[in-house]
Amino acid sequence: MARFRKTEHDVATEGSGKRGASTGGGSIIDRLHAYGLAHLQALVFSLGRISHSPVSSFMTIAVIAIALAMPSGLHLLLKNFQGVSAGWDNAAQVSLFLKQDINRSSVERLDDRLRAMVEIDSVTIIAPDQALAEFRRLSDFGDALKALSENPFPTVLLVQPTMAYSAPAAVKSLLQRLSHLPEVEVAQLDMEWVERWYALMEIGKRAVLILAILLAMAVLLIIGNTIRLAIQSRRDEIEVQKLIGATDAFIRRPFLYSGFWHGLLGAILAWVLVTVSLWLLDGPVQRLSLLYDGNFSLQSLTFPASLLLLLVGMLLGYGGARIAVGRHLRDIEPS
Amino acid sequence: MIQFNQAGKRYEGGREGLSQVDLHITPGEMVFLTGHSGAGKSTLLKMIALIERATYGQVIVNGKNLSRVRRGQIPYVRRDIGIIFQNHKLLYDRSVFDNVALPLVIAGHGHGEIQRRVRAALDKVGLLDKEKRFPIMLSGGEQQRVGIARAVVNKPPLLLADEPTGNLDPQLSAEIMHLFEQFNQVGVTVLIATHDIDLISRLGHRTLTLEQGRLVGDSDGRRATVEAGDGQVP
Repeated sequence: MARFRKTEHDVATEGSGKRGASTGGGSIIDRLHAYGLAHLQALVFSLGRISHSPVSSFMTIAVIAIALAMPSGLHLLLKNFQGVSAGWDNAAQVSLFLKQDINRSSVERLDDRLRAMVEIDSVTIIAPDQALAEFRRLSDFGDALKALSENPFPTVLLVQPTMAYSAPAAVKSLLQRLSHLPEVEVAQLDMEWVERWYALMEIGKRAVLILAILLAMAVLLIIGNTIRLAIQSRRDEIEVQKLIGATDAFIRRPFLYSGFWHGLLGAILAWVLVTVSLWLLDGPVQRLSLLYDGNFSLQSLTFPASLLLLLVGMLLGYGGARIAVGRHLRDIEPS
Repeated sequence: MIQFNQAGKRYEGGREGLSQVDLHITPGEMVFLTGHSGAGKSTLLKMIALIERATYGQVIVNGKNLSRVRRGQIPYVRRDIGIIFQNHKLLYDRSVFDNVALPLVIAGHGHGEIQRRVRAALDKVGLLDKEKRFPIMLSGGEQQRVGIARAVVNKPPLLLADEPTGNLDPQLSAEIMHLFEQFNQVGVTVLIATHDIDLISRLGHRTLTLEQGRLVGDSDGRRATVEAGDGQVP
């Protein structure tokens, strides 16, 4: 307090001839406080600037929102498709053809062992008689089988992996291990269409990733351009600030925060767009699902995914502003 | 406070804005800088404020050799210099208070101290009742006084003024000059570029004369005061 009073006294009464330098002075705490305050001021100030020109700000933010919403929405659709495929039964089923000389009790022991494995959801036993009966029913070779003296069918175990182990790689490693069991003659897996489906999903994921990268670059450019225009329209102000001793960091700050706000507000609007779009799609999807006797509902953005969207928005906003500021602020010097 | 040793500014194309100037202004002096348009008055002021750099020679301000000041340090040099412009260079989208507060905000002062110092500076220039106005609502003389308040609010040891009375009538010009004298009386070094010979001779301070970039005259103001006291109109 004493210091403040003295400074006031100096100016008001033309007291001593001593004139201090212009540094802020004070303790480190004071300094940090002033620094934090300066950031807070820039944060609020830049938001105020955005609200001063609501129409043009909204248009910029809307473009950013659409660019962010597209990859987010597609990513979400993809996730939902994956959810559908995970719901399909028998997507990846392993058939274990047992050796002919295995008796009934060892089949049951094997069955118990398999059921105990974490990777395995369920096991269905098809006894040789059952297989023969089914074969007779489904094929035209029933008569030919009569010629055989004994049942040629082995005992078959249909192994259904749990959801978590249904991906091609996991099922394949399971298949490997099961085929090495002493009771097993052949272990077989019809993966073709599962693999195709996963390959298709892979392509989808890659496409979404590419789209996301391209649109992220678009957001960077949009924000960079917005900030560049803001810098140009504030040329005089920047000159004056430089003339009275503003550091580059001080002049940069409101522009960087402006980029941050554009990115954040764009991301929030993108979230709203995705959520509303999903809500509009959910009704028809449920009707379709009912037609297939299913009960499927579209999943919206999860909390972590929403947070990620906001974070990406903020970072792109800041990054775009940073690029523009680095390029254009240095050019403005008082003359 | 200010020292030029054979300093000069040569522009691209070979034209010299300032040629081989030797100059020494001691702390607490009040000095006028005069000469025709294009004689190099502005160039000299700009070199002190590091808006332009000397192409040769040495410029020392406040004990700092300006040729050794890196780009990043320029703001800190400028904070010790209050600059007043002919066209005021105020920010027209901010109130008088905010304009004057800007150097303090830039230097990172706390809210309370800013309030006190801005009010004190506005009081000094007689605009305390207009702190909430915007510059556009003020007269030319008032705008100039806002510019002066902004220049002194940080209490720099050196004030530079480039044609501060250029657009003002004699009455207002005299008031502005009187303000500068008041700052000078409390120890601030003041350097004023002006072509208002009348005013200079009436006030009677040391006067530097530039002609085509060269320093051609350095008159002691007291003689001028005596002359003015004798009632001779120069």
